[in-house]
Parts: sequence; structure tokens; C-alpha cells
Amino acid sequence: MGDLLVLMISCILINNILLAQYLGNCPFLGTSKKMETAVGMAMAVIFVLVMAGVITWVLNVYCLKKLGIEYLQTISFILVIAGLVQFVEMFLKKSIPALYAGLGIFLPLITTNCAVMGVCLINIKEEYSFIEALVSSFAYAAGFGLALILFTGIRERVLLARVPKPLQDTSIGLVTAGLISLAFYAFKGMV
Amino acid sequence: MNETSLENIKDIPAGEDKPLIHVAPSPHIASTSATTTRMMADVLIALFPIMCMSVYLFKWHAVRQIAVCLGCCMAAEALFAAMRGRRATLADCSAAVTGIILGLSLPASAPWYIGAIASFVAIGIGKVVFGGLGMNIFNPAMVGRAFVMISFANLMGASAYEQPGLGIDAMTGATPLTALKQAGSMVPLNDMFWGLTNGSVGETSALLCLIGGIYLCIRKTACWEIPAGIIISVLVLAGIADLAGPCSGYLVLHHFLGGALLFGAFFIATDPVTSPVTPKGRFVFGVGIGFLVMIIRLFSGYPEGVMFAVLLMNALAPLINRWTIPKTLGED
Repeated sequence: MGDLLVLMISCILINNILLAQYLGNCPFLGTSKKMETAVGMAMAVIFVLVMAGVITWVLNVYCLKKLGIEYLQTISFILVIAGLVQFVEMFLKKSIPALYAGLGIFLPLITTNCAVMGVCLINIKEEYSFIEALVSSFAYAAGFGLALILFTGIRERVLLARVPKPLQDTSIGLVTAGLISLAFYAFKGMV
Repeated sequence: MNETSLENIKDIPAGEDKPLIHVAPSPHIASTSATTTRMMADVLIALFPIMCMSVYLFKWHAVRQIAVCLGCCMAAEALFAAMRGRRATLADCSAAVTGIILGLSLPASAPWYIGAIASFVAIGIGKVVFGGLGMNIFNPAMVGRAFVMISFANLMGASAYEQPGLGIDAMTGATPLTALKQAGSMVPLNDMFWGLTNGSVGETSALLCLIGGIYLCIRKTACWEIPAGIIISVLVLAGIADLAGPCSGYLVLHHFLGGALLFGAFFIATDPVTSPVTPKGRFVFGVGIGFLVMIIRLFSGYPEGVMFAVLLMNALAPLINRWTIPKTLGED
């Protein structure tokens, strides 16, 4: 139990998928202009990532490893993630149209979100057990959500600032993200 | 608006009766004395004893550190203002304050280019890219310091503070917090209170930080909620750590007086631009900094966490603002 807690803290803060591993930056910049969209995106990523992490782990252990075809990892994981995202998209379109409209292009983009794919591959690479893979998938996604919501709060303020012309929008977003990442160095060496 | 401020209203023609109630569109600025220049001058006054102490303790190393940072911050401000085609705003002293706080937060042994790089990063990336004074998200001085801390780890880390070869008595031993973290040994509390210990140039004297800080709070240049929040949460968390170990009350004071805690609480965290605007939000902000300071001191690889704690809470400040919007009268 203690180990899982340490794993969770490490995935959320120390190895934060966005701020320490720099994965998943396109939805990070794309959906951070409005708080509702950011919260929606965070929820969508948590949902997709937990499902994808678990399914790819099962797929890897019970299918790819058994058959000795681990070289198909990347392509089969892409397939699983794409299928899942499609499912989430259909679900949102039907039940929460406002959120679906808010997420716009970024929901299909989860398909190619390197954070999702990255976490699935980290789970395999670190040779996590099933429970560990489940916890790490959730924690990485929660870390993504945390960073995204933190960033959105800042970005809404930066939108009102007199940022120099060449640095407006995405550039200042990247500078801000870099500075938050600098602050997250605080957690280095904690576990 | 009170009676005296009515005297100053210019839009009423002379000779006419003054209205009983002055009606004007917002903003209704009640305190016209709170200008940037006055606040920054206050900070400089409050920092002066600390600077004297640092010069007494670290001799010309402290002078060099402060001078390099001060000069480079002013130069960076002038340069970037010129690049943006604006009037340089050196007269409001904000760049000077950033420079002095940055200089005071560096180890005395750090070479001159550390201070220079930190100053340019502080003013450039910390402030100007966000649109200048009043727009920055992160405390500029801490952005600069964090940048050099990560980039020059061996010149800024624990080993940079222990330089017996410099001929300065204070720098023969480890800083109080490093000694506590690595060897478990404690520096006498008396020395930490008066400031006769090792440490960053300006952080050593708890007494002078308290005096300067209280002056700022009385002048309302710094709000009291932030330092209060920081100190309360550090005392509570250090108290818990104390109860868990065999230190019997010693650890609490050690964490309270040691490191940059008081300097950070009064001079760094209270930056009005990068902290929340509501009193409640400020208190939450302070408690958050204290909490993170203790988490970093107790669990992370760094002996001290004030800089990172301030940066992390700066990042959270817009969200705290959002959560602590006061309700208007009659609102549910």
C-alpha cells in the first residue's frame, strides 16, 4: 500500500507527464485557454488513460508476450487507444454535447496524444504489475489534469497581460509552461 | 471617500458647493499613497539593515553579489524597455528591489556571472516577456535564482556555501539546514537568531528579517496575511516533525529561524503582483508556501525550499484568486 502511494506521488509530482517528461504538450497548449475546456480535457484524459493503461497492459501480458510478438506493441497500442477515444467521443457527443463542442478537435487528438501512448509504454517498460499499472495510469493522468488546470489559471491571466507581440499566445504559453516546470524541480529527489 | 480626499477632487469648479457624496465611476482609489515608487522605497529601507548585516558577515563577497545583481537588473530593465520601445521604468525602483533581493538570495561564493545571468533571466523571462511590472506570474527574483540553481547546481548547491578558503568565518561550516539534513546536527539557535550562521548572503539574520518585515507590514507595503500564513503552517508542520522525533521543541525553532524562511516570508512571498488579491486568498497562499517549504525541507533532495515553494504557489495564485472571490452583499 505504501509503495503504491509512493508510486502515485512520484507519477503526479516528481515525474509529472507534462512538466517533467514533456509529453502531451499539444492538448496542454490547445485546451488551456478556458477553464471549462481544461477541466473537460483533464477528465477525458483521466478516463481514456486509465482504460488504455489497463487494456494495453492486459494486451501486452496475455497476448503479445504469450505469442512472442512484442514488436507489434506500438501498432497494437495505437489501435487500442484510437478505438477507446472513438468510444469516448461517441459517448460525449450523445450525453454531454456542450463538452463535446468545447473539446472540439482535441478529443480526436487524444488518439495521437503522446502522453497516453507514453504512459502505456512506461507501464510496460517499468515492468509494473497490474495494480501498479492501474495506479500509475491514473496518477499520470491526474498529474496531467493538475498541470493543465494550473496552467489554465495562469493562462487566463496572461491573456489580459500586455505580452510583447512576437511572444503572444503559444510562445508565452510555452515560456509559462517552462517556468512551471522549473518550479516542479522542487520535487526532485523526493522519493 | 473621506473628507480630506474630497479636497483633492479636481472636476468640481471652484466656488461651487462640494457635493455631500462624491459620485464617480470606479475605480474608487482610497489610498493614493500606495504608489509603486513608495512601496519599493519602503522595501529598500527594510532591506537596508539586512544588507549591512550581509556585508558585515560576508565582507566584500556580499557587496559584489548585491552590486552585480543590482547593476545587471537595472541594465536588463533598461535594455528590454528599449527593445520594446518603451520608456525605461528604472525610477520606480522595482528593478532595483528585484536585483537586491536576488543578490541577497545567492551564496556569497557564487561567481559574478551567476548573478549576472540570474538578473537577466529574472527581468527578461520573469517579468518582461509577460508584459512588464504588474503582469508577471512568477516572482522575478525567484525565477532568476531557480534558473541558475538548476543550471549551475555545483555553484549554487550545498557545497557552494562551504568555502573555508575564502577567509570568512561564517563560511567554514555547512548552512544550518544542510547540517540538519545531512548530519542531523543543529546550529545554536542564538546564532541563527542574530544571523551569525552560514547561508545565502541576506538570509542569515532572523532578527533583521523580522524587523524589516514588520516595518513593511506596518507600512502596509506587505500584507500581514502571507507571512502569518507561512509562519503558522511552518510552525505546525515542524511541530509535527518535532513530535515525531526526539528533538523536544528544538526543531520547530530551527525550522522557523533557519534558512530563507523569514526573508522569504516577508520580502519574497509578499510581492503584491504574484500573490492573490483577496485577504483570504493571501492567507491560503501563505499557508501553501509554508506547507511546501516543510515538504521540500523534510522530503526532497534540497535542504531549503522557500524559492521553489514561492514559485509553485505563484503558479497557483490565479486559481486561488478564482476560488476566493468575495461574495457581493446579498449574493447566495
